[in-house]
Amino acid sequence: MSFEPKIVGILCNWCSYTGADLAGTSRKKYAPNVRVVRVMCSGRVEPTFILKAFQQGADGVLICGCHPGDCHYQDGNKKTARRIPLLKKMLAQFGIEDERVRLEWVSASEGDRFAAIVDEMTEQVRKLGPFSGNGEQPVGKG
Amino acid sequence: MMEPKIGVYICHCGSNIAGVVDCAKVTEYARGLPKVAVARDYKYMCSDPGQNLIKEDIKNLGLNRVVVASCSPRMHEPTFRRVCQEAGLNQYLFEMANVREQCSWVHTDKAMATEKAKALVSAAVRRVYYQEPLETKEAAVNPATLVIGGGVAGIQAALEIADAGHKVYLLEKDASIGGHMAMFDKTFPTLDCAACILTPKMTSVGQNKNIELMAYSELVELSGYIGNFKAKIRKKARYIDTVKCTGCGRCSELCPTSVPNEFDCGLGNRKAIYIPSPYAVPNKAIIDAKNCRHIKGLAEGKDVCRLCEKGIEKKGQPGCEAGAIDFSQKDEIKEIEIGNIIVATGFQQFNPTTIYQLGYGRLNNVLTGLEFERLTNASGPTGGKVTLKDGSEPKSIAILHCIGSRDTNYHKYCSRVCCMYSLKFAHLLREKLPEAAVYQLYIDMRCAGSGYEEFYERLQEEGVNFIRGKGGEVTDIAEKPEEKGKLVVMVEDTLVRRKRRLAVDMVILSCALEPRADTEQLARILTLSRKADGFLLEKHPKLDPVATTTDGIYIAGCCQSPKDIPDTVAQASAAAARVLALISKGKVEIEGAIAFIDEERCSGCKICIDLCPYKAIGYDEVKKVSRVNEALCKGCGTCVAACPAGAIKGRHFTSEEIMAEIEGALA
Repeated sequence: MSFEPKIVGILCNWCSYTGADLAGTSRKKYAPNVRVVRVMCSGRVEPTFILKAFQQGADGVLICGCHPGDCHYQDGNKKTARRIPLLKKMLAQFGIEDERVRLEWVSASEGDRFAAIVDEMTEQVRKLGPFSGNGEQPVGKG
Repeated sequence: MMEPKIGVYICHCGSNIAGVVDCAKVTEYARGLPKVAVARDYKYMCSDPGQNLIKEDIKNLGLNRVVVASCSPRMHEPTFRRVCQEAGLNQYLFEMANVREQCSWVHTDKAMATEKAKALVSAAVRRVYYQEPLETKEAAVNPATLVIGGGVAGIQAALEIADAGHKVYLLEKDASIGGHMAMFDKTFPTLDCAACILTPKMTSVGQNKNIELMAYSELVELSGYIGNFKAKIRKKARYIDTVKCTGCGRCSELCPTSVPNEFDCGLGNRKAIYIPSPYAVPNKAIIDAKNCRHIKGLAEGKDVCRLCEKGIEKKGQPGCEAGAIDFSQKDEIKEIEIGNIIVATGFQQFNPTTIYQLGYGRLNNVLTGLEFERLTNASGPTGGKVTLKDGSEPKSIAILHCIGSRDTNYHKYCSRVCCMYSLKFAHLLREKLPEAAVYQLYIDMRCAGSGYEEFYERLQEEGVNFIRGKGGEVTDIAEKPEEKGKLVVMVEDTLVRRKRRLAVDMVILSCALEPRADTEQLARILTLSRKADGFLLEKHPKLDPVATTTDGIYIAGCCQSPKDIPDTVAQASAAAARVLALISKGKVEIEGAIAFIDEERCSGCKICIDLCPYKAIGYDEVKKVSRVNEALCKGCGTCVAACPAGAIKGRHFTSEEIMAEIEGALA
């Protein structure tokens, strides 16, 4: 059996979660590897959530929010846009590959885009192989 | 905290979920999760028997937490929250797992989909464990309403609310209300005169004591929440004291500056000081600052013209006798408080200059649909005579459908009204110019609506030539002697399977309806979402086409999608009904999921205060701690994520809850 990555998706309620729902209502098919956790705003995403996900065995974390300027709460996504790159710098020092954490803007009408992002990220993480907490790549992939 | 006792309910949603997800397996799995007292699956959880199943279990088994795995919480979370409440359980002790929109509908591999469904249920179960009962608060609803847009949708909505006895602010960006409909000549399929049916409504708006008409104004800022919004409105300088102006029009006669008239799509002229249309409401003059000689002169420090004000003494023509002209006027910002908002901002016509080969803007006598409306309108630049640029009557006219619509290069969607208004044009042409040949170049005829197909049949009998094929190009290069001096339309007639060159005198482009250019900006001010085509997004395309994702803001008319006048009016009435329902209820429930600051842990660093987009966090100078104003907090959680002391709790989205959900999703 090939390695099936587990990816945690943290989606804002207004744009991205609605966009993911739209992918559903339009029956767009995509990889079943992302499990979505809903927050009201991507600005609620604490860096520790992402660390927690890796600690619990996630192979990747996808954070989605409204496009810049479209935030339901004016500019919560701008805060995320600053926090995630900072976190990524730290993760790099731990040897966590850049592709394992992804921040994307998905609007309520972008069901197709959400599906495409999930497919793309799933493949990228699949190539990287399972995440190992000690920063070393496990032998063999899956 | 009472020991959690969780009930888990897996919905089949007919075959929507059960067709892909093995619901029995998921139920079996849920039974084994910690603190789960009962797990059941059922065909339709949202049905009455499904709801009763939950209620009975809450009562009989003493459940104090409920998880339903079914559709999106955006669909049925309110339903199941109510079910819990009815059984005496606080609604915040309920959690939903989205195994339809985000699982069964998007995956084909049944085993993988079932695994994912299990993970989603496990996430919800772990999350609900930490959930706490919360109180919702009630706030009074301000009975005043803001209607944005003074077209037929806005007028209809405003009148219905005002007639019910409530205050309405009707905001219009232009100097007069009326919108596109006021520019039309006749309306399909009844051929009612647009002005005859609209102007009485416009006048009623002007006379209604409950309506405060804010013409030549725009929305700049919005704050607050359903029931209690605050809007900042810019009243643009009109340079006219509207109280004094009587609308006599003398000023226009005196004005020496003539510029193209927007109301006539530039086909006719108006003065720099003018009354926007013959049936303008408010019937007041306005000065076009860009073209007024005096205002332009002021910028250079010169005092010129002012003929409208002073008159022409030599000729014995007095200026404005009402003394209404006020060159010193400035834009004003006005703040209003309202409980609900209806957005009815309409559309703009697709600009066909971008399709170079159609010759619009390059070749004479190629008109847009809206231009033709003005040309054929009795109040238009020619008094309703359909003429060519040189003043002669056209002997042949081609009407090209789907310009900018149903075209992957421009707009994919069908604009819905063009077939019908093209038929109307053909009818008007046959009536006014019985000798002229009229061609309709169409892809498909779309005549769905009451009396619409019948109108199409009538037009076929009236001797209009229907050619099935899209007009691809318009040129003035003649290949044959009979094409000389004519416009040649290239079309592939798909019924006879032949390319044709159609030599005509006039071409009318039935242009698409598209989102207004300022829709994006408006959507940002109102925090509304837009669809992929740029129109405003409704809350639900089928079940809630009038509401938006922001509570208390409704949409009506073409700002949502292209529609005809009957549909626009129906939606406007629906929006008004929604607003009236809330006004009569008189109160709104305020979401309990807001931020809370633990004063013991707060160090008073004030980071949260600057982060809050709603200025909902204040600082207690005595205790040296930050404090959340519950009426202003919208629960975004930005401050929660930023607090270095972890002193802020985002109720219903606490770190504990989210962490547990992540843990569950990966279990």
